[in-house]
Amino acid sequence: MSAVNAPSPGGWREWLMSDRPQSRRQAALGRAYGGWRTFSRNRLAMLGLAIVIALLLVALFANQLAPYSPYIGDLRTTRLLPPSAAHWFGTDDQGRDILSRIIHGSRITLFVVVLVAILAAPIGLVVGTVAGYSGGLIDAALMRITDIFLAFPRLILALAFVAALGPGIENAVIAIAITSWPPYARIARAETLTIRQADYIAAVQLMGASPWRIVLRHIMPLCVSSVIVRVTLDMAGIILTAAGLGFLGLGAQPPTPEWGAMIANGRLYVLDQWWVAAAPGAAIFLVSLAFNLLGDGLRDALDPKGVK
Amino acid sequence: MTIAEQTRGGGRRSARLLRGADTVGRFLLVIFLTYLGLLAVTFFIGRVIPIDPVLAVVGDRAPEHVIQRVREEMGLNKPLWEQFFIYCRKVLQGDFGTSVLTSNPVMQDIRRAFPATIELATLGTIMGAGLGVPLGVWAAVRRGGVADQLVRVMGLIGYSVPIFWLGLMGLLVFYARLGWVGGPGRIDVAYEYSLTPVTGFMLLDTAIAGEWEAFGNAFSHLILPASLLGYFSLAYISRMTRSFMLNELNQEYVIAARAKGLTETRIIWRHALRNAMVPLVTVIALSYAGLLEGSVLTETVFAWPGLGLYITNSLQNADMNAVLGGTIVVGSIFIGLNLLSDILYRLLDPRTKTR
Repeated sequence: MSAVNAPSPGGWREWLMSDRPQSRRQAALGRAYGGWRTFSRNRLAMLGLAIVIALLLVALFANQLAPYSPYIGDLRTTRLLPPSAAHWFGTDDQGRDILSRIIHGSRITLFVVVLVAILAAPIGLVVGTVAGYSGGLIDAALMRITDIFLAFPRLILALAFVAALGPGIENAVIAIAITSWPPYARIARAETLTIRQADYIAAVQLMGASPWRIVLRHIMPLCVSSVIVRVTLDMAGIILTAAGLGFLGLGAQPPTPEWGAMIANGRLYVLDQWWVAAAPGAAIFLVSLAFNLLGDGLRDALDPKGVK
Repeated sequence: MTIAEQTRGGGRRSARLLRGADTVGRFLLVIFLTYLGLLAVTFFIGRVIPIDPVLAVVGDRAPEHVIQRVREEMGLNKPLWEQFFIYCRKVLQGDFGTSVLTSNPVMQDIRRAFPATIELATLGTIMGAGLGVPLGVWAAVRRGGVADQLVRVMGLIGYSVPIFWLGLMGLLVFYARLGWVGGPGRIDVAYEYSLTPVTGFMLLDTAIAGEWEAFGNAFSHLILPASLLGYFSLAYISRMTRSFMLNELNQEYVIAARAKGLTETRIIWRHALRNAMVPLVTVIALSYAGLLEGSVLTETVFAWPGLGLYITNSLQNADMNAVLGGTIVVGSIFIGLNLLSDILYRLLDPRTKTR
């Protein structure tokens, strides 16, 4: 905070909501505050945020939170026990505590989601902004490729990629990323087309900035927020696809406590020991639901036009 | 009418024809490019990524001259573009090679598995559209009411729940505990061999044979996976119907119809829904395509011997010909339905004609 306009303790809100921000930072913070106010009024979105934060904390403190080891169980005494005070979600066929496995599995879920976002979002951003800014032949070619990828069945394509690359969590991530960037490219291109006409772009062009500089420094940052919203909305789909791959035995390999693979394992015992499959599925459902709620809230908060 | 006016009219007509031809041409180009893309991706997956297809066949201890010979036999010494060309020609002839797992031509396997998947996805879509459209209309008319909340919650669950888990839990409750439905598979083993497949669709085959007991049995096996797919289609279709209907109900023609004194039922079902139907057809076609894809996981859970199960079984046995063949078939249907919905949209919406 600069000394000139340091607000009094009670004037925080006025300072944030000021019509005439004194600095760039004040304007940015004010905008963020406005978005947060819209967002925090949405109770379901707040619930989603709370669950996502809880997921982060659980993943971070998995070692402290898990009551038992996620990998080693006692085959003689704790095999396929129903839920009880000692094992809240019961135990699986290897005698491992399911709650502990779910807690450790949260790390894998986060790993997949974050990595797919890091891989797919920049690809989409670059393709979309370059296509939108250059126009003409480059635009037509890039968008045709995007449309081709959009026309593919995502899960099946991911399956085929994993089949070729070999099963494993990293390959599952790559396969999902390859199939999930096209929507981001579409969004980034649409944003770029409107931004391209802006006066400040013309000004930067006159100052002699190179096309790359314009795209990277002046257009891409403005497309980031809508892409982030879309990525958040896609998180649930990413989690479900990763779990599906895990369920088919193509994602994380045993004994990794990946939730989808845990359901596949529980499938063998589902008729008699239902809890083995039930608990990890409920965890997937809860986390996907949280990301969906969060994404809806973000969309409404960041884009007032999109409120339905 | 003067001659000048006549020729102008003729010119306009030929211009419209030309535009029509242009649209058709563009469609064909899109189909061609998308399909080429699909072939390129599967070719890439099958030929370029694996370590060496020759070693996969002969093993890494084969002598050098054997490796050379096999390489030539498989056409792998030719330039890549030529290999791709040969690959495309074979695929277009329906030749996906031979499955390692079943030692049948892949196309034959797919043809056998296909009806099971179609049966499942079709029934699912019928259920989803049959219930989803009225529900979506109801939600839009009574905005904020019970139906609206229901559509919202169903949508949220549909987008968040893993389909294979819901299937397992469904089997647990409705098959194992309550005994209301048949278990995994398409029909009980007792009926399986007494039946001569005519169409490959279990319901039709049993009906044709007049075996109503078997028909009932096949239905009890079909109903749970079909309802499951139907639910996902319902969640999507009702949500889209709601938003299309809200859009239509805000239009001026609805006000005009009300001012004319038409009953609300007539306005909603005859006027607004008819306009909302145009984008809805697209949505239903896309959800059908989505169900064909979603069947991969559902079929695995229900041991349903369709295309999805075929693909996953082949995957687990590293049977690449079968996997890629299945991918191409599902991809082709996906592309076909995408384009069909696009064409239907243009045909149904008179506004897109004069553009």
